[in-house]
Amino acid sequence: MMNRWHVLKRLMPLLAGMVLLLSGCGRADLSALRPQGPVAEEQFGLMKLSITIMAFVVIVVFAIALYVIIRFKRRPGDKSVPVQVEGNHKLEIIWTVIPIILLVILGVPTIKSVFGLAEDYTKDPNAIQVKVTAHQYWWEFEYPKEGVKTAQELIIPNDAVISIEAKTADVLHSFWIPSLAGKIDTNPGGNVNTMYFKAPKEGVYLGKCAELCGPSHALMDFKVKSVDRASYDRWVAAQKAPVALPADAQLADTLTTNCLSCHAIGDGTGWAPNLTGIGSRGSVAGMLVNTDDAQYANEGTVEENLEKWIKDPDKVKPGNKMGKIELSDEEVKAISKYLADLKIDY
Amino acid sequence: MGHAHEVKRYRGLMDWLTTVDHKKIGILYLIAGGFFFLIGGLEAILIRVQLWKPLNDFVSANTYNELLTMHGTTMIFLAAMPLLFALMNAVIPLQIGARDVAFPFLNSLGFWTFFFGGVLLNISWFAGGAPDAGWTSYVPLAGSTYSEGHGVDYYVIGLQIAGIGTLIGGINFLATIINMRAPGMSFMRMPMFTWTIFITSALILFAFPALTVGLVALMFDRLFDANFFNPDNGGNTVLWEHIFWIFGHPEVYILILPAFGVISEVISTFSRKRLFGYSSMVFATVLIGFLGFMVWAHHMFTTGLGPVANALFSIATMLIAVPTGIKIFNWLFTMWGGSIRFTSANLFAVGFVPTFVMGGVTGVMLASAPADFQYHDSYFVVAHFHYVIVGGLVLGIFAGLFYWWPKMFGRVLNETLGKICFWLFFIGFHLTFFVQHFLGLMGMPRRIYTYLDGLGFNNMNLISTVGAILMGLGTIAFLINVVVTSMKPRNASNDPWEDGRTLEWTIPSPAPEYNFAQTPLVRGYDAFWKEKMEGKNAMTPAEPLGPIHMPSPSILPLIMSIGLFINGFGLMYHQYLVAGLGLAITFGCMVVRSIKDDHGFHIEPDELHDKGVKA
Repeated sequence: MMNRWHVLKRLMPLLAGMVLLLSGCGRADLSALRPQGPVAEEQFGLMKLSITIMAFVVIVVFAIALYVIIRFKRRPGDKSVPVQVEGNHKLEIIWTVIPIILLVILGVPTIKSVFGLAEDYTKDPNAIQVKVTAHQYWWEFEYPKEGVKTAQELIIPNDAVISIEAKTADVLHSFWIPSLAGKIDTNPGGNVNTMYFKAPKEGVYLGKCAELCGPSHALMDFKVKSVDRASYDRWVAAQKAPVALPADAQLADTLTTNCLSCHAIGDGTGWAPNLTGIGSRGSVAGMLVNTDDAQYANEGTVEENLEKWIKDPDKVKPGNKMGKIELSDEEVKAISKYLADLKIDY
Repeated sequence: MGHAHEVKRYRGLMDWLTTVDHKKIGILYLIAGGFFFLIGGLEAILIRVQLWKPLNDFVSANTYNELLTMHGTTMIFLAAMPLLFALMNAVIPLQIGARDVAFPFLNSLGFWTFFFGGVLLNISWFAGGAPDAGWTSYVPLAGSTYSEGHGVDYYVIGLQIAGIGTLIGGINFLATIINMRAPGMSFMRMPMFTWTIFITSALILFAFPALTVGLVALMFDRLFDANFFNPDNGGNTVLWEHIFWIFGHPEVYILILPAFGVISEVISTFSRKRLFGYSSMVFATVLIGFLGFMVWAHHMFTTGLGPVANALFSIATMLIAVPTGIKIFNWLFTMWGGSIRFTSANLFAVGFVPTFVMGGVTGVMLASAPADFQYHDSYFVVAHFHYVIVGGLVLGIFAGLFYWWPKMFGRVLNETLGKICFWLFFIGFHLTFFVQHFLGLMGMPRRIYTYLDGLGFNNMNLISTVGAILMGLGTIAFLINVVVTSMKPRNASNDPWEDGRTLEWTIPSPAPEYNFAQTPLVRGYDAFWKEKMEGKNAMTPAEPLGPIHMPSPSILPLIMSIGLFINGFGLMYHQYLVAGLGLAITFGCMVVRSIKDDHGFHIEPDELHDKGVKA
């Protein structure tokens, strides 16, 4: 008997290590365990409730299992035949009824929440309406009321409900901002899904695509930036303002023929990601993080990231629709510089 | 003494290619399923190597998607299912006191169609790219617009052919269990493993046709430009999700119920105790089978079915926890008061119980739809289904293999190597998958070929990869065990564990060709144990010694499957002449089979004595 307790004692540091490791619940801007808005909060509440119930079940089973394994281990040479019990009605009723009670405890708030989170804000005049269209491998955000279209970075005011209508332009994707709200799939062909969330705390939150959508599914990240109402209004105004082409006529020509055939800047149009204000976004292509203090392979200044992307988009995001554009190194540099300077102050 | 009919007997390779003996077919399933298990395992290791550090470039994004698709497809259809069929074939006729399955010819056909379907699927690696749209193959990604190569064609046609084999097998075992039980074995005296196979076979009968229909529709979309799933022409992508999961959810119960059966047998035997609450176990199994068809949409909570559907499917899914809980506690109380012997088989079985509970409780967590909006398609789900499929099914298969190995091969597997295998696999398993729950909650989506640095995913992914390697080592320990054991003499006794309770332990190991010289008379649940407790060491025969009728071996199932294989190839590359030739081969064999009168042959009683069998 002593030996077994020794084994357990030796396991303790390991278990403690595990707990320590897991106590970090991930980044506040990414983890569903650190909710930053009421929707994620409600979902986290259900998680906590279910984890509590389930931890209780697991502990009971583990305790009985451990007791049984230790207590009823066969001793060497033991030939005795245990009593052949057929069953026990009282016990069997207990372990049928208790789980049912536990499920009721979980089921009632689940149903309440299912209907609560399905509330439709698409007709609410006070909500910010956003049409999300997923593409291989980027996100388009259209604000129909404001008349603004942008990509990769969803700018929202922190004082309103954000009402999402999501669809896809190609294959299935799934729109997920773990720290703000659970996901919703984007379906093709007029099958529009709705959801809503709020982000009362100003800040940037990471979003991800959660449905396998091709080679670069892993890299189909986006950002949600919650700002105060005044900033939001400034951002909307700036998005709609026309943007000047580069002063250098040759560069302007290169840009118009190579980039603006698909992309839009300012009041232009195009099917590819809108580039207005790309210089002040948090990342290029959703996953090359813009920072002056680069630590990781996917980080760099805006300009570096733009250069990296334009030089060989397929290397950064395999299978994307942009493909390699034939440009000289100087042209890439000049275009990157121009785009990096497309900043919006808001 | 002369034979009633001319006896056809083959030797060597031809024997294996033509056999209709359920025991040999079981071994064929074991070899083929084991081979695909190793391939799927290798794919898993490659996946984990790619993910051991952020922004790794060990494999390309495209290759990674092929690996994850083939890992899932291979493990479910080509490893788990056949390994279960291996145990079913090896054990069920013996457990119910039958001389073979109801349709031995079909049994062989089922194996060969599975085998050639699996081979076809894996040929894709060498024919321009494996399928890469996930084992669920959601459209439009799996449609011809976004998946232009032949990868998904291989998925559609390979699975279609392999699926025929599974459907045939399921029907065969239904017929066998209903019709071929020994005298006295009423339904409520059937061993638990037989019960679970009975229910699983019924699930196969109802679930696999849905897959067949879905695959036909997808095949028409891809090969003949049909529009079942093309929204531009009035098709619907959500339809595929429904069809897939109406098959896919029962499929997970098809997989896990037999494991429940194995665990029930192993725990009961090695606790030297009757299964606690047998009738409630049977009831729970039937209920799980029934509810398994009522919950498919819980895979689609985020598809946008609306709150009413989500609420209903949430509650239906939670309900499954009740019969599953009944089973868990029945196992624990089977051990309670018993005399537990920790053989390798029982280690796997006892390890199964808490592991499966962990997979089960995360299942209930996933059932809560609003919380599932967070879990869905994240690593939390990956952790959950590996806990039930690896921690449940694979531990169950290992337990079953260690337990019935002597009955299949006449040799007991090495216990020391068995225990090394268990501990490596068990610890490796928990290391790999426990941390993945947290990765998912911390925002890591599933099916991603890489992740960015600085997101807090690095350490846990490293732990997970280390665990996967330990699982690989555990599997290697099992392979070594098989080789070492096969070099030992064939000396297992009828009842090598000494506490056998069911009919398979009353006959020699390995069982003779005809299984039972005389059909036994079953006088109660745990038929053999009942006789033992009354001081007997053999069953009372239910019939006098007489000639035993045996089915003839046949090469036709193999040729029919090759025909389907050729047909599949032809369709895929639009070579309709080749496709027609393949079909002609298959139908030709069916004609031959129909018009040829083959009554099999008899083994006479004096031959039984010749082989030294105690009758």
